[in-house]
Amino acid sequence: MSTVIQDVKRHAKSGDLGALPVLIGLVLIWTVFTLLNHRFISPDNLSNLALQMAPVGTMSLGIVLVLLLGEIDLSAGSVSGLCGAILAVVHVRHGLHPLIGIAAALAAAGVIGGLQGTIIERLRIPSFVVTLSGLIGWQGLQLWTLGKQGTINLSFTGSIAKLSGTYLHPLLGFALAVVIPLGVAFVAITDQRRRTGRGLPVPTQSAIFAKPLIIGVVTVGLALLLNASQGVPLTLVIFTLLVIAVDWVLIRTRFGRHVYATGGGIEAARRAGVNVSRIRTYVFIASSMLAAAGGILAVSRLAAVNQSTGGSDTLLNAIAAAVIGGTSLFGGRGRAYSALLGSLVIVSIANGMFLLSLDSSVRFMITGAVLLSAVVVDSFTRRGQTVRR
Amino acid sequence: MTLLSLTEVSKSYGGVQALNGVSLDIGSAEVVALVGDNGAGKSTLIKVISGVHERDGGSITLDGQPVTIRSPKDAQRLGIATVFQDLALCDNLSVVANLYLGSELCSGPSLDELEMEYRTVELVRSLGMKVPDVRALVGALSGGQRQSVAIARALLGKPRVVILDEPTAALGVEQTELVLDLVMRLREQGLGVLLISHNMSDVLRVADCICVLRLGQNAGTFVAADTSRETLVATITGANLPTARGAK
Repeated sequence: MSTVIQDVKRHAKSGDLGALPVLIGLVLIWTVFTLLNHRFISPDNLSNLALQMAPVGTMSLGIVLVLLLGEIDLSAGSVSGLCGAILAVVHVRHGLHPLIGIAAALAAAGVIGGLQGTIIERLRIPSFVVTLSGLIGWQGLQLWTLGKQGTINLSFTGSIAKLSGTYLHPLLGFALAVVIPLGVAFVAITDQRRRTGRGLPVPTQSAIFAKPLIIGVVTVGLALLLNASQGVPLTLVIFTLLVIAVDWVLIRTRFGRHVYATGGGIEAARRAGVNVSRIRTYVFIASSMLAAAGGILAVSRLAAVNQSTGGSDTLLNAIAAAVIGGTSLFGGRGRAYSALLGSLVIVSIANGMFLLSLDSSVRFMITGAVLLSAVVVDSFTRRGQTVRR
Repeated sequence: MTLLSLTEVSKSYGGVQALNGVSLDIGSAEVVALVGDNGAGKSTLIKVISGVHERDGGSITLDGQPVTIRSPKDAQRLGIATVFQDLALCDNLSVVANLYLGSELCSGPSLDELEMEYRTVELVRSLGMKVPDVRALVGALSGGQRQSVAIARALLGKPRVVILDEPTAALGVEQTELVLDLVMRLREQGLGVLLISHNMSDVLRVADCICVLRLGQNAGTFVAADTSRETLVATITGANLPTARGAK
């Protein structure tokens, strides 16, 4: 345990607190809500939380990517609504297979992201302005797509709605909860073996096992609680897999390395031969496609698309989640899992307030305060990193 | 043995003649210092050698063979590496990631982090660099360490000539020491080093040969061991040139 504390101290010194602030925040939020209403951590409510988290979390994953570049994508909410509408029109109005609907929605998002990215790169217009136009424009296209009716209902027993209505068999859910920390431990151990083989410094045994142990306690506990309700929701699994996949791309691939480099020092990256324009365009495409995926999950949960899908506070929640999770607004710093932790904070607050039957006025103010404190932590972290130069 | 040789190199920007028939030789295992006042043409000269700008006239030879340097890529291919003053490092990446940025080693689809780290440790050791942890973020390093990282990065392409633009300009005494040690280490490894500096004591300490530029022309070349600080300053400012004073 002492090595873990040392590790935290070392990170804090170098100005990188990682997931620590958001984890502390989560524990606080959960404790307060549980004390105020014990139903907050009831299995049924946790199941709800998991379902609410997937759509905003998936969108937030795309926001994390653009934030890593030091850019912003304000069109994510509208794109999620538009793509939800496209899915509904293709699947319900034209009666095509739901997979075709999903493919059409994702393809449309890819085109939108490519268009926005190209305009930002070729014409050198700030992403803020381009995606702000997108925010308005794509919402218009969404209304046009939905037509005069304005609302399209999906069958509650259809395959799209089933996406959100499917829960894993208790044994399978439990198995997954065990496999994830084992996987983390496996990666850590093979890494240590290979490091020893090359004579590189290795972390201590306790540091290697602390992380999978903590993750394991959380996942197994969560699986047991969710199994007491209806089981682990499929959408939670999909979202978690997406987070793991995006994190792998960011940390383990050349593309991911170039995303960090472009966000942290665009001139250095350009001089090192990184095609920064291409990297940035790809990230805007990925952001739009993840927004669309979030939209699809949202449509699946509500089994309907209307004119306000993807509107209201959808976008702001996704951005807030990314920042609360620890991704810097200044670019170059953050991890994919900040989308997971941040969206958990956002939906926990919304859900907890709802349980306390508080007005949404209070919810907005509290979410705002949490976001502000996350940004303050971010700016302090940034200062800590550069102070010694 | 002369490695890189410039003869009568000229460059003008519009009506301004930035370089006017400048000649310079750099041998292997030799540190050549390039000094001169602001506007003397030092920056233009290194930009010509590193391929940022193309020369208007004169010739450049490498190992006695004439070469054309039209782009930074050409220079890189010929084994000429340049460390510019602004370093161009990513503060949010580790030392290893910065060293290999743009030329990452991969195994399959994923980065071969281990191999890169291993080679970085080797390089750091062979250069006697004082970087405590190659996995530390570059943003958390001191000025001298950052300069060392930038130089190490230039060495990865196995260059034969390294051009250092004001490597000690913004550094304290201890940090300067660190970088000068590294410069001498480069010479020991047989590289030709072109060192641009404003600091006469640094130049006299590490350089074998000192080339003075003044108003875009050669103002004199000195063997460092036989030269005094006063002579250099006089040549840089033109104080001892009777033509400079008596011209008007």
